[in-house]
Amino acid sequence: MLEFRKEYFADERDENLNEIGKPTQRQDMVGHVTGTTTYFDDHKLAGLLHLKVLRSPHHHARIRGIDTGAAERAPGVRRVIRGADVPRNLNTLLSLLNFGKDDEPTLAVDKVRYKGEPVVAVVAHSEREAFEALAQIRVDYEPLPAVFDVEEALKAGAPVVNETYPKNSFEYHGRYDHQKLRFGDVERAFAEADHGLEERYQMSPIEHAPTETNGCVAAPETNGRYVVYTCAQGLFFSLDTCAKILDVPSNKLHFVGGTVGGGFGGKVDSLTEPLAILGAMLTGRPVRYVLGREEEMQFGSPRGAERIYVKDAVMRDGRITARKVTSYFDSGAYTRLSSYAVIKCAAHIPGPYTIPNVHADVYCVYTNRVPATAMRGFGVTAVDFAIECQMDKLAHLVGIDPMEFRILNAYRDGDMKAHRREAKNTALIECVQVAAEKAKWPIREEFRRMSSRAGGGGARAAVPHTPGTPAGGARPPAPQRTTYDRPPQPAQAPIFEPQKPSPSPPSPRQPTPAPATTQHGAARFSSVFGTRRR
Amino acid sequence: MSKTPVQFRHNGVDVAVFVDGGANLLTAIREGVGDTAPKFGCGQGTCGVCTVLIDGEPHLSCITLAEAVAGRSVETADGLKNGPDLHPLQRAFMEHFAAQCGFCTPGMLMAAKALLDKNPAPSRAEVVEAIGGNICRCTGYEPIINAVLAAASAGPGRQRA
Amino acid sequence: MPIAVKTCSSLGEAAAALSTDRGARFLAGGTLVMRAVNEGDLAVSTIVRATDSAFSEIRSAGARIAIGAGATMAQILAHRELDFLHPVARLIGGPAVRSAATVGGNLFAPSPYGDFAAALLALDATVSLQGGYGAREAPLEECLASRERSGGLVASVSLNRPASPGAFRFRKVSRVRPKGISVLSIAAHLPLSGGRATGARVAYGAMAPTPIRAKAVERALEGRTLDTAGIASALAVAAEGTNPATDAIASAWYRREVLAVHLRRLLLNEPER
Ligand SMILES: Cc1cc2nc3c(=O)[nH]c(=O)nc-3n(C[C@H](O)[C@H](O)[C@H](O)COP(=O)(O)OP(=O)(O)OC[C@H]3O[C@@H](n4cnc5c(N)ncnc54)[C@H](O)[C@@H]3O)c2cc1C
Ligand code: FES
Ligand code: FES
Repeated sequence: MLEFRKEYFADERDENLNEIGKPTQRQDMVGHVTGTTTYFDDHKLAGLLHLKVLRSPHHHARIRGIDTGAAERAPGVRRVIRGADVPRNLNTLLSLLNFGKDDEPTLAVDKVRYKGEPVVAVVAHSEREAFEALAQIRVDYEPLPAVFDVEEALKAGAPVVNETYPKNSFEYHGRYDHQKLRFGDVERAFAEADHGLEERYQMSPIEHAPTETNGCVAAPETNGRYVVYTCAQGLFFSLDTCAKILDVPSNKLHFVGGTVGGGFGGKVDSLTEPLAILGAMLTGRPVRYVLGREEEMQFGSPRGAERIYVKDAVMRDGRITARKVTSYFDSGAYTRLSSYAVIKCAAHIPGPYTIPNVHADVYCVYTNRVPATAMRGFGVTAVDFAIECQMDKLAHLVGIDPMEFRILNAYRDGDMKAHRREAKNTALIECVQVAAEKAKWPIREEFRRMSSRAGGGGARAAVPHTPGTPAGGARPPAPQRTTYDRPPQPAQAPIFEPQKPSPSPPSPRQPTPAPATTQHGAARFSSVFGTRRR
Repeated sequence: MSKTPVQFRHNGVDVAVFVDGGANLLTAIREGVGDTAPKFGCGQGTCGVCTVLIDGEPHLSCITLAEAVAGRSVETADGLKNGPDLHPLQRAFMEHFAAQCGFCTPGMLMAAKALLDKNPAPSRAEVVEAIGGNICRCTGYEPIINAVLAAASAGPGRQRA
Repeated sequence: MPIAVKTCSSLGEAAAALSTDRGARFLAGGTLVMRAVNEGDLAVSTIVRATDSAFSEIRSAGARIAIGAGATMAQILAHRELDFLHPVARLIGGPAVRSAATVGGNLFAPSPYGDFAAALLALDATVSLQGGYGAREAPLEECLASRERSGGLVASVSLNRPASPGAFRFRKVSRVRPKGISVLSIAAHLPLSGGRATGARVAYGAMAPTPIRAKAVERALEGRTLDTAGIASALAVAAEGTNPATDAIASAWYRREVLAVHLRRLLLNEPER
């Protein structure tokens, strides 16, 4: 059961809350229990046509030729759609944020890069007729060597998956093949540590398996507009993506959605919308394109696989003094959202712990697998799995209780995080305390009394000397506070003995002018990516 | 091509629909009758979102040949409420937050109804068994099981624990 | 071309319809046939079904029981005299699958399905095969071995009750419960005489393209007691003659590896975990 633990941070909270902490009925619940909630496929449209796609049977192959003649003449077929029929047959989802290069066709033209890639679409009166027509399409493939392993893909001589990125890795800022995080001097810390631990972790792709498969129905409206009933999770993201691919102004598209039969991230890719709308444009009729369960499971984008190496330095007293992470995201054959997941991952390392020396290299790698996409916390989930496994192993190594070990290393208010932002409103210590209590896991009194608000800052607020970064260039931005932020606590005695002063002491903090009061969300976002807005 | 007429009882009302050869009952109900309460989730019998009752027994409408229900009685979640009054299962699902996206709910309700119609006071294990063919990806099964048990204890056979 | 549906009032008529049309598929409960149709399987162009009520009847005469091939798992569960088969039927899919899935269809369900067929195999069942002109009896084993080619229509399955209530044992190993698909299943009929196994029958599901008898195990059990020492030689040959598949449920290696573990638990009657 849900429980609202008001005793934590009680002084920070308004007691007169109307909704928080109280159960509230969902507004759509009556619809759900009466079966009257309207999902995209519950609209009745006269003259509905069905769209099915022919998918690549190869992981990687050149397309020498496509013969759709027989399919075009097959009974019930209204239209066969090929790559050449797609107005802008190359896109990347985050191009709407000016991030990344167009790398993915709606229908493959010269090459297929993963098994299941759409090659030709058929629009027919019935699903059966569409299936029959698909069986009559002949594609002449020349199979090519394929690569499925992220580290293999980065080696010299590996098959080039996606010609847009010939090194098989996404390009950041137009020139870097990975995201880097450097904070302090890990090599020095490893040399001085009591113990070191290096491990390799791996996570397989995970299918969202929503109970409702991806799909949509598109139909001509009046005034040359098209209405699209869809399960898209990002309705306007999908609308703009379709407008770009179909080369129409976005006001020609009228998206109706918001009711999603389970998404979990798997319905942000506009897997079906562009082709359904194109089908409606080319036939003048409503067109329905819904993935079958097998298509959804095999070719709907999954949470991408990741391989993660973690190397830690730990002292006998339990302090982690360095963490080095090398991580590879398997993006599959195209970018979709993995480039962004990598940035999230780099920003999350070393996890919610205060570690004075951190080093991370994170790669977005192309392989001949189904393109990956968003899924609940993607970018941090797998690295958190790796880090928390690592935390247990480290605790074992130094003989400290794993819960206490986490409290010991937890970040606290005022600490400097590895990406040079002050830790604010931290609550890991309290979470571990409650988890221990719920699990009836005994932790010592002193750990039960610790608080995220005490013991942080001071020496822990310093940006350490970082080899390879210009001297003084590592100054953190001035803390940005909002009314929601906990006020800074007076610096207290650090919980660990103060760290040895680094060879070149960090330059004293310069008073930095306060940032502009508001920052535009999009500008902030693109500053993360290091690109200018269009 | 010619279509085949199929007549059956749908939530207590006689209906007749025309279906394509090989059409499944789910299509007949959704497109023929116009009742979109049963959903398509897999077309393979594996998810249970299309569950309906045929002559009181739970069936997966997606893997039932439409013609096979000729002359039989089919119940869907659309027929659960009695006028404006919700069925005890529907009320219990609401009270126990047993739905999130709601896509599995019509099937869950019918699988639960099949159980409660025969066994008004099921054990927890019997509820788990009854909804064993229905997948929910959002809510987690606990609230659903609790809702079914609550509906049972609100119903006529509340004697057995 | 839409699919044609032929509804036949007799099995003979259905058998004749099947034998004349290569794209014809017999539909019993339809749990597998409709799945193929929904996925656009173009190999099915005609569906043949039978409305003959005898097709789903269960009849018993003394120790001999005849189960119509059209009887569903739900019917088996509702039939008191088939109590020894209840633990098997209860493990086929969820309740809504069981109200459609038939005994006959289970004999033709591709591996890893076929749990019920494995049980029937251990019970030395025979099948009645319906042709266009008449019926003939055949051992189930023969029917399974030729099922890809024969295209024969099974009218009913006949078997004897087990020698004693404890003589028939069944285990289905699955990762998800309830409703998980088999990693493998094992069925055994173990009549004892003077505490020793005589004429043991052991069958596996999901250990080969069709359910199979474990003949080496059967031979090794002959005259042995069902204790750790007595079953040792049977366990040593547990995997003989098996040819499991690697699929989404388990790898062939895993299936072979764990087979003897589950066989031991079944033979020693250890509780399921
Ligand atoms: C969600 C789900 C879970 C399942 N779980 C299990 C499980 O746990 N264990 C298991 O064993 N199976 C399982 N199955 C598979 C299947 O439901 C069963 O094997 C069932 O018994 C098949 O019977 P049916 O009547 O539905 O077959 P149908 O689909 O009607 O037919 C299957 C095949 O058998 C042929 N056939 C049917 N009857 C006859 C006959 N009398 N003579 C000749 N040929 C015939 C058909 O032509 C067809 O090729 C599951 C299926 C689903 C969808
Ligand atoms: S749609 Fe029928 S079981 Fe999934
Ligand atoms: S509520 Fe979404 S699948 Fe159950």
